[in-house]
Amino acid sequence: MSTAAAEAKGSLQLFDKKVRKTFSDPLVDNNPITVQVLGVCSALAVTTQVKQALIMGIAVIFCTSLSNLILASIRNFIPNSIRIIVQLAVISVLVIFVDEVLAAYMYDLEKSLSVFIGLIITNCILLGRAEAYAMSNPPWPSFVDGLGNGLGYAVVLLVVGAARELFGAGSLLGFRLIPEAAYAMGYTNNGLMVLAPGAFMLLGLIIWAMRSWTGFEEH
Amino acid sequence: MLEHYLSLMVKAIFVENILLSLFLGMCSFLAISKKVETATGLGAAVVFVLTITTPMNWVLKTFLLDAGAWTWAGMPELDLSFLTFIVFISTIAAMVQFVEMFLDRFSPALYNALGIFLPLIAVNCAVLGSSLFMAQRDYTLMESVVFGFSSGLGWALAIITMAAIRYKLRYHNIPPALRGLGITMLTTGLMAIAFMSFAGIQL
Repeated sequence: MSTAAAEAKGSLQLFDKKVRKTFSDPLVDNNPITVQVLGVCSALAVTTQVKQALIMGIAVIFCTSLSNLILASIRNFIPNSIRIIVQLAVISVLVIFVDEVLAAYMYDLEKSLSVFIGLIITNCILLGRAEAYAMSNPPWPSFVDGLGNGLGYAVVLLVVGAARELFGAGSLLGFRLIPEAAYAMGYTNNGLMVLAPGAFMLLGLIIWAMRSWTGFEEH
Repeated sequence: MLEHYLSLMVKAIFVENILLSLFLGMCSFLAISKKVETATGLGAAVVFVLTITTPMNWVLKTFLLDAGAWTWAGMPELDLSFLTFIVFISTIAAMVQFVEMFLDRFSPALYNALGIFLPLIAVNCAVLGSSLFMAQRDYTLMESVVFGFSSGLGWALAIITMAAIRYKLRYHNIPPALRGLGITMLTTGLMAIAFMSFAGIQL
């Protein structure tokens, strides 16, 4: 009875302070990648170009917000012992949907992302947020939490993607930014950026910068 | 024939290490690499799960999911390949549940040490990732066994090495904001460079 009342109250104030905080927290202060250490795999694999990073970010925002919404709506009917399977099933269905849409409308991109769209299923952000937030909160705040975490993930993805494409290929979204004159004067693209080690180090540096800014420390 | 499998194995362990060049399985790699014993235990569990699930998913893919896979049942037009993701992840989740019960019964110490990360093998990208790579590259049954096993071995090798390095890192004065995740990523980058030197190997 009391939870139902609280839920009714929650839905009346769609954009109250608590909901706004749920949305803005994961962007910087509690960023899924740099602070919670969730979903690092795909953050590195799909970021050789901004375009891939952008599509991946949108796909993850879609999946986190909807999986949180669906799981929060049915959370009271899920037996505790099989909750992981239920969460995985909901997430898989959403990911299959994304994959089919991409295959239908952006076939080349879907091929270049190869297995990494499928790997959104095992992206820790989805299961982590479902377990930590959606299973104990009403649908609307859970949806906002999913949206915020997806956005926080997409922001880091775009930063890493932009840096790797700019320094690794001298372009952004396919447009050449570094002029031919620079190449004539002896400037060369940094080949390491496109390879795996460059991605690891770049993310390490970004984490360092973000943690110095927010003052977060690990012990 | 043996040469072919050996070359596939070397490729999956060193040249295309599933963690250091394909970035799969980073989450548990970062979280569990603080102690060598736990890292070894988790590495062994992942090798076991991968060696079983990759061929298991191959069987499911070949006889149930591929276009024309239902010919043996008289339904050659049926194409269930859109169900790939959900079938693969269910197999993996069930297998991990089995490993969990097995360890709880036979090695409670390891079971307690791995804690929450044991069920999380189910969402270890390395496990689903190698099943998906197996499907994408059209491996045969035997190739998928070898590929699953050596991917797991490569992952275990990376996490055990990392745990040993982090053990040494504890005695170093690292800037506060770089501690933990930051320095681990930089170290992983250096390890990845080291593994890149295997790229020239041709068997």
